Amino acid sequence: MPDNEDNLVKIRGLHFARGSSKIFTGVDIDIPGGKITAIMGPSGTGKTTLLKLIGGQIKPQQGTIHFHGENIPSMRTRKLYEVRKKMGMLFQSGALLTDMSVYDNIAFPLREHTQLPEVMIRDLVIMKLQAVGLRGARHLMPSELSGGMARRAALARAIALDPEMILYDEPFTGQDPISMGVLVQLIRSMNKALGLTSVIVSHDIEETMAIADKVYIISQGKVVGHGSPDEIDKSDSPWINQFVHGEADGPVPFHYQAVPYKEDLLAQ
Amino acid sequence: MFDWFAKIGRSSIDFFARFGREMILFIQTVIGFASLIPRPGLIIAQMYSVGVRSMLIILVSGFFVGMVLGLQGYNTLVDFGAEESLGVVVALSLVRELGPVVTALLYAGRAGSALMAEIGLMKATEQLSGLEMMAVNPVNRILAPRLLAGIISMPLLVAMFSAVGVFGGYLVGVDMLGVDSGAYWSQMQAKVDYNDDIVNGVIKSFAFGIVTTWIAVYEGYSCIPTSEGVSRATTRTVVYSALTVLGLDFLLTALMLD
Repeated sequence: MPDNEDNLVKIRGLHFARGSSKIFTGVDIDIPGGKITAIMGPSGTGKTTLLKLIGGQIKPQQGTIHFHGENIPSMRTRKLYEVRKKMGMLFQSGALLTDMSVYDNIAFPLREHTQLPEVMIRDLVIMKLQAVGLRGARHLMPSELSGGMARRAALARAIALDPEMILYDEPFTGQDPISMGVLVQLIRSMNKALGLTSVIVSHDIEETMAIADKVYIISQGKVVGHGSPDEIDKSDSPWINQFVHGEADGPVPFHYQAVPYKEDLLAQ
Repeated sequence: MFDWFAKIGRSSIDFFARFGREMILFIQTVIGFASLIPRPGLIIAQMYSVGVRSMLIILVSGFFVGMVLGLQGYNTLVDFGAEESLGVVVALSLVRELGPVVTALLYAGRAGSALMAEIGLMKATEQLSGLEMMAVNPVNRILAPRLLAGIISMPLLVAMFSAVGVFGGYLVGVDMLGVDSGAYWSQMQAKVDYNDDIVNGVIKSFAFGIVTTWIAVYEGYSCIPTSEGVSRATTRTVVYSALTVLGLDFLLTALMLD
């Protein structure tokens, strides 16, 4: 596993289980600063769980997650909340506060964490909305937004505090081609313009590979491959091939674990 | 046989684990009250939501309960020629028991279920996770103002319920059944004790405010974030609140009469 000092996040020996179900069994991941890192894998492999572990919302049973050299799972609550100010997260659902307008949603983290006067907050909110193309939608309530608009508004909120890193949870899922194109463009341009570190969790191969600098493929609790999008594309690993080329059967079996078919049919 | 023992053991451990989690969260929420000092607006907004919006149902119910007390009280007292004590009967029934208990039950149904559903849906739609990732502690921002607003609102609602109930009793007893107006008020004034009756009623209303609001807030925060989970938690909120209020009422009454 490569290990250099430019990595903003370093995950080592990560083990996580929910009850008897093992989600991660020894995962090592490096997330380089200023780059877009994609974490991909089939549904149910724990990609969203990984983001929650990085954000400190859940704790692993074993292993470390270093952010700027500090281990997130062992942080005290106060410290964790301080560190989270350096992270933004785009949830799959947007997670906008439903009792506030788009404007107030984006102003929310600024009002919570800064003492800025309302005039300055207004300017900042308008700048963030302009960046995601929703300046004209500031008065709308979350229930009045389309799925794509909600995600763009949530993205504007995620960058409100100018974080160092943004975690994207399935940003392209359920989007029409135009919204998807807009989101791909936004993620790429923001990463470049703001010098962000981006972590994208996704199973939308084409869109994610197009903007990622580094890709990790996770399956059945382990990293089954990593490298640049080109390296992943050319990989001869059966795990990677099955995922990248969408093969129905392979190392990830088509059938859920069960007793033999014949035995099941003949059972009384 | 051993399965049966294991089941009891598992249920007991689950119960105490849940109780422990609930107590830790309660203490964290109470500590979170301190974060509301510079932001009274958050409490006022919640007082409007849980208190002001519950006022109509509380006032109407209080009025009807007072009228029924006037009617029932008169019919019993008139047999003993003591109908002029109607004001005392109505006031004591309301201030000591019916005011706090009925208000708490109505509050649990009206505001408690709404609080629970609001927090439960915030959890289901990842709004609580979103707050955490924005470095905003949902315990301080969501739970603490709602709990404090409930604790402040309940005694005020109880006072309104009892006051309107006394007028309801007056309407039936004095205006409709002919009890002397002066006797209605003067006997009430003479027999209702500030410490034994009013203060005890206020203590009960505070206690009911804490338990009913806390049950709603906790159920919302800990519910399974699915439609079925939210629906079950709503039912639990109303059932647990009602049972806790009635049980606690007996306990507090026994202590107060001791």
